[in-house]
Amino acid sequence: MADFLDRLLGRNRKSANQAKERLHLVLIHDRTNLTNADLKDLKDELIEVISRHIEIDPAAVHIEMSQDGRQQRLIADIPIRGPKRRR
Amino acid sequence: MTAKVVTITSGKGGVGKTTVTANLGAALAAQGQRVVCIDADIGLRNLDVVLGLENRIVYDIVDVIEGRCRLRQAMIRDKHLPGLFLIPAAQKRDKTAVSPSDMVRLCDELRPDYDWIVVDSPAGIERGFRNAIAPADLVYVITNPEVSAVRDADRIIGLIEAEEKGPASLIINRLNYDMVRRGDMLSTEDMVELLAIELIGIIPEDEKVIISTNRGTPIALDGKSQAGQAFRNLARRILGEEVPFMDLNTPDGFFGRLGRLFRTGGE
Repeated sequence: MADFLDRLLGRNRKSANQAKERLHLVLIHDRTNLTNADLKDLKDELIEVISRHIEIDPAAVHIEMSQDGRQQRLIADIPIRGPKRRR
Repeated sequence: MTAKVVTITSGKGGVGKTTVTANLGAALAAQGQRVVCIDADIGLRNLDVVLGLENRIVYDIVDVIEGRCRLRQAMIRDKHLPGLFLIPAAQKRDKTAVSPSDMVRLCDELRPDYDWIVVDSPAGIERGFRNAIAPADLVYVITNPEVSAVRDADRIIGLIEAEEKGPASLIINRLNYDMVRRGDMLSTEDMVELLAIELIGIIPEDEKVIISTNRGTPIALDGKSQAGQAFRNLARRILGEEVPFMDLNTPDGFFGRLGRLFRTGGE
């Protein structure tokens, strides 16, 4: 998406920035041993488990790996749907 | 004297481990320190040629370990610096000729008589790397501003932590300030952020490194070169001095200096 925008705007993305972004992702996977496919599986299973207890919007669930020093952190943002009023 | 063991490693080959080992050793010795450089790259001996001592080798590290000579007999005194010694690797053997405990024992025997033992690690993450970090008090990871070198550095930093030899410190070798300025090379800040370890040295790309290696004289002894200055700064930092990183963000040479003069307005 960023690539597309840059091309649209005629911007030439600096190769150093590309290197940094690519490395960022590669290092996360190297450090955690998790591929993108693994992360997707993890997300699907997480949604399934949480949905058993509370109602969430599966499309709005956002899971990502973040770096805190040399520690990796798995961050899940799971919006909960308002409780249904029982009459 | 009780020597500290500094191991120079990288994961990826060709990033400058041997050059850094030779020049760090030379720069420390030039500061009056007593230094032993050990080539732990058994089978791919190179520290001897970088230091220009290849013609003086009689015994090597495997001869010491297997008892064919005494430790002192395998130590070669440098041509330029009286406090600098080399223990060469064996060329016709492989990594299995040395064990991590051999390295620990050898370094312990040297410790009382020297200030620094600088160990040049082989590339890779196998036996040779484990041998090289076994005796280490400090581990310096060398990287270049390239994706493959940074990735391998990250891997090796993880392994150093796993071996409880961390935290490692980072030396960035062959930084081209012009390319960084153009946005075509990872910057020091990028690499420190990605690898999340302390930075201890930045060696600029400098063709004089190749020239001095051709001659077998460490560039750290060349008073005029930028890379030589960077190595001397690194040595002073290791000795506990606060030395700021060189500011090479302005082009050098006459026109560069002229341009700088105008830009800064004689500040």
